[in-house]
Amino acid sequence: MTARVIITAPTKAKKGEIVTVTTLLAHVMENGFRHSSTGVPIPRDIVTEFVARYNGAEILRASLYPAIAANPYFAFEFVAEESGILDFSWMGDNGFAASRQIAINVE
Amino acid sequence: MTVLGSRILAGLFGVALAPLAELRAGEIPFAELRSGSELMSPDTRAMQDADSANPGMLWVIEGEALWNAKAGAANLACADCHGAAELAMRGVAARHPAFDAKRNQAVNLAGSIEWCRVERQKAPALTAEGPEALALEAYVARQSRGLSIASTDAALRPLIESGRELYLRRQGQLDLSCAHCHTENWGRKLAGLALSQGHPNGYPLYRLEWQSFGSLERRLRNCLTGMRAEPYPAGASEYLALEAYLKWRAHGMPMESPAVRP
Ligand code: HEC
Ligand code: HEC
Repeated sequence: MTARVIITAPTKAKKGEIVTVTTLLAHVMENGFRHSSTGVPIPRDIVTEFVARYNGAEILRASLYPAIAANPYFAFEFVAEESGILDFSWMGDNGFAASRQIAINVE
Repeated sequence: MTVLGSRILAGLFGVALAPLAELRAGEIPFAELRSGSELMSPDTRAMQDADSANPGMLWVIEGEALWNAKAGAANLACADCHGAAELAMRGVAARHPAFDAKRNQAVNLAGSIEWCRVERQKAPALTAEGPEALALEAYVARQSRGLSIASTDAALRPLIESGRELYLRRQGQLDLSCAHCHTENWGRKLAGLALSQGHPNGYPLYRLEWQSFGSLERRLRNCLTGMRAEPYPAGASEYLALEAYLKWRAHGMPMESPAVRP
């Protein structure tokens, strides 16, 4: 199953406008410190990195750690100077990788 | 937002259901019904109210994909028979559990979905409370968000009565009934957490403590464990009876699924 992601961002913005973006990713963020009901340790399975790029240039990078809650949510702002593609990617344990792209039209 | 609206509605229903009024003796009056969301911190309420931040929406979008996916030997999607869920499933969660006259039994929402999947799609049953079953239930329940719970089916009365009996029964090592916490002590604190009136209007929902999405039955298992009673086995009829009673008790309250709870 491809990762489930919910992104909110405007499709249009005025040049120089501050744009707010939110991302919500479905992920268990299993911290590696828990045991199953039969006492077996549950291996760590978390997202470790989140990157947002605008027209290829990195505008946000975040590292994630075991204490971060399931289904990590990010909200950030940036200044839209030109139309482009906002590209999000998440990387994590066990080869986890997810990405999404959205277009923003700057007038 | 709908708090005032819900009270007015509850008031109206109170009039409409006057013949049942004597049955509500000992219940929280309609005008005093409070959703669990009213006791939450502003942060948690904001999370529930914003689709962009409510993790329950991750289950809703998966449910939407399943609604449109062909399945089973019939090779039919839910949408092939029902059309758009926004129309076909509007209000459906708000009036479940419902009495299915054809099968002569009461069913909850998960049960109605399961019946369609097995009997109409001719597909193997989904694991109860598994991710797909929860996602479909989330998507269907979402179509009732903001609509008032409508528990008016007279055929459900015996089930509601047995649910009430279970609700009032003392059980477990602490010798408590559900009423001790949710009818007599709501609004007070238990281990730092505000006790709610114990309403089912947000389910299925995302619970921060679970770090996941879950059913009403899961919540009830938590409460039974908290009472140091042995939870009924998964899928036991007691859960359906309690659900029917809780819905009747919460008649007129707006549905919040997918809600968020601490
Ligand atoms: C072959 C056609 C068919 C398919 C496929 C189908 N349903 Fe149904 N469904 C029906 C019929 C017929 C009824 C009973 C009449 C009614 O209430 O519309 C029903 C009833 C229901 C109800 C109860 C409605 C109520 O008002 O109480 C729910 C909920 C439901 N279906 C959900 C689903 C879901 C979810 C799926 C896909 C997993 C699905 N159905 C697939 C035909 C279908
Ligand atoms: C020892 C006190 C206690 C008892 C007894 C108890 N519960 Fe709870 N219940 C809680 C707590 C604490 C919560 C979580 C916070 C809240 O909503 O009150 C809760 C939550 C709930 C909720 C979810 C409310 C919401 O808004 O999400 C329902 C429904 C519920 N209980 C039903 C029951 C039923 C039915 C019983 C009897 C089988 C029961 N409870 C017994 C303490 C109790």
